[in-house]
Amino acid sequence: MTSSVRQMVGERGIVICCGSGGVGKTTTAAVLALEGARAGRRACVVTIDPAKRLADALGLDRLSNTPSQIDGDWPGELWALMLDTKSTFDSLVAKHAGDEEQAAGILANRFYRNISGALSGTQEYMAMEKLFELHDSGKFDLIVVDTPPTRNALDFLDAPRRLTRFLDNRVFRILMMPTRAYLKAVSVATQAFLRTISKVVGTEVVQDAVAFFQAFEGMEEGFRNRAQKVLELLASPETAFVLVASPRRDAITEAMFFADRLKESHIPVATLVVNRMHPRFGAGSAEADRARSHTLAGAPLGAWYANLADFRSLADGEEAHVAALVERITPAPVVRVPFLPNDVHDLDGLAEVATYVVAG
Amino acid sequence: MDPRGFATAARLAIVAGKGGVGKTTVTATLARMAARAGLSTLIIEVEGKSGLPSLFGAEDLDYNEVVMSPGDPATGRGAIRARTLTPDDALLEYLQDHGMKRISKRLAASGALDVVATAAPGIKDILILGKVKQLERSGAADLIILDAPAAGHAITFLMSARGLLDAVRVGPVRSQAEEVIELLTDPARCQVILVTLPEETPVNEVTETAYALEDRVGIKLGPVVVNGLYPVIDDLDADPETLAADAGTTLRDGEAEALRAAAKFRSTRQQLQQEQVSRLADALPLPQLRLPFLFDVDLGPDQVETLAGALADEVGRLPAAAS
Repeated sequence: MTSSVRQMVGERGIVICCGSGGVGKTTTAAVLALEGARAGRRACVVTIDPAKRLADALGLDRLSNTPSQIDGDWPGELWALMLDTKSTFDSLVAKHAGDEEQAAGILANRFYRNISGALSGTQEYMAMEKLFELHDSGKFDLIVVDTPPTRNALDFLDAPRRLTRFLDNRVFRILMMPTRAYLKAVSVATQAFLRTISKVVGTEVVQDAVAFFQAFEGMEEGFRNRAQKVLELLASPETAFVLVASPRRDAITEAMFFADRLKESHIPVATLVVNRMHPRFGAGSAEADRARSHTLAGAPLGAWYANLADFRSLADGEEAHVAALVERITPAPVVRVPFLPNDVHDLDGLAEVATYVVAG
Repeated sequence: MDPRGFATAARLAIVAGKGGVGKTTVTATLARMAARAGLSTLIIEVEGKSGLPSLFGAEDLDYNEVVMSPGDPATGRGAIRARTLTPDDALLEYLQDHGMKRISKRLAASGALDVVATAAPGIKDILILGKVKQLERSGAADLIILDAPAAGHAITFLMSARGLLDAVRVGPVRSQAEEVIELLTDPARCQVILVTLPEETPVNEVTETAYALEDRVGIKLGPVVVNGLYPVIDDLDADPETLAADAGTTLRDGEAEALRAAAKFRSTRQQLQQEQVSRLADALPLPQLRLPFLFDVDLGPDQVETLAGALADEVGRLPAAAS
């Protein structure tokens, strides 16, 4: 029987891994791409912030705008890319600008240079933009995206909308009017408002913003259309959402929050991957072990029973947490990956995790 | 060093670490330890959702202070309070305090904060840190603990003030940034407590974060908290059948197998953790405060109490502060 995960990486075009920070999202994304390559597909993993050794293993020694290929013994292809938010945004500007002069004007603007680092959601939006671009290139059958570890981790779903809303902002529209016209057209209240902003952050900052929005004029449409297409791609049946969690209570709470958000957006969870599950040693009850450890207190065997009781009750507690989450995402398949002795930082490690992931 | 001395070495303690290392748990533990020493504590959360209230069995956080733990009923000593700070609320409060109440409503309604925040990055962070500074100055509690954003972002967050000095040349935001830098770089007022796990990636990341904070922010680093260490059990390589015979008892069917597997898991983990702890000690010359792994899957007030006791013991092992 083909496992559900094999089927997913073998058939879907896009897989998006979401989950809170520290639950093994990057590793899961890399494993899914590796499985895709093993299934004979041309797979690419887009990561945001991989741990250094994993990045090294994937040949990701620096940010890049183009994927690099990883050689290995599989019928398909495995590519990886570490998202460069800034240069992705730059090429987006270049694409939508009317001419080179407009593009250059925007790229040199200080306000623009801040956008990539400061505007909330830019990183998420650029991840989705890169995904769209890679998908559009036709070079890959499967693209796996590791989403940024934001606390509100479904931000990336809103990110394209948020950026266009930002560009549509009423205050901006006012700022975009040529200076003299705006003084005439703008109400007294708005003038006072702009003065207040200037007073708080200084006029230079406001001038930079005005210059940016003047330079940006005419490009909003292109950005909006693009954002719309990205959203359509995310909502298409080609795209699968994988929820990644760990059995800790806070990670489960956040995963439930995601599950609800996805449901609200009418997006089904394709698979739930729970990493770092403690093993359950045998079928006996933790309470009985605990009782034995008390009876044997003082003897070395007492400590052994206490240890067994600890792990059994921990595993039971984790399973109870996972069960509550599973209920939310049913009928999606669930994959449990055990807490491995070593961190995953090479292809062998990914292959080891893969055995658990495809078993689900 | 005694816990009271540790908790009062600087009024502001910033707890930072990568996601999933137990930053919030350590925040609660530190507060509980301070409370046990009779100090009042204010915890500040800066990200929307927080597991903090459940650690105290208290109600959800709000921009206004919520009592996590009331302290001594007669004197109120040892009370723990907590609040959330969001940039929007901090901005509104700032404007209202500076006679710009009407404008503040418009600013909030129009989404202009995003515009301004893009124009001068770091402004949201500075609004929060500015408020923290105000609380520190006013002596809102004996100890103020800031549960910082997750790792990479913590550096940006704490560097925001320096970045703003370049972008904003005049005005109240600039003076706010200057005062925040003063606070962050004054070891008598502020220290960072880094949190990590005894695992490879968290150890690498905490080391990088530590150097970045020291070099780029100039902030004082307190001890690093190594969270989740398995309490060491000795002789886990013995044979359970033999141990049973020694204890004059017998094992049930299949029990030897389970005991052996659990013991093997534990001893492998213990060893890996010890390796990571020494690797951290080599890479980062900061004293370590080691907290035990708790096998309870849900942490609540009882577990925080246990951890606070463990933390106090660890603090007790630190040398007294150099004067």
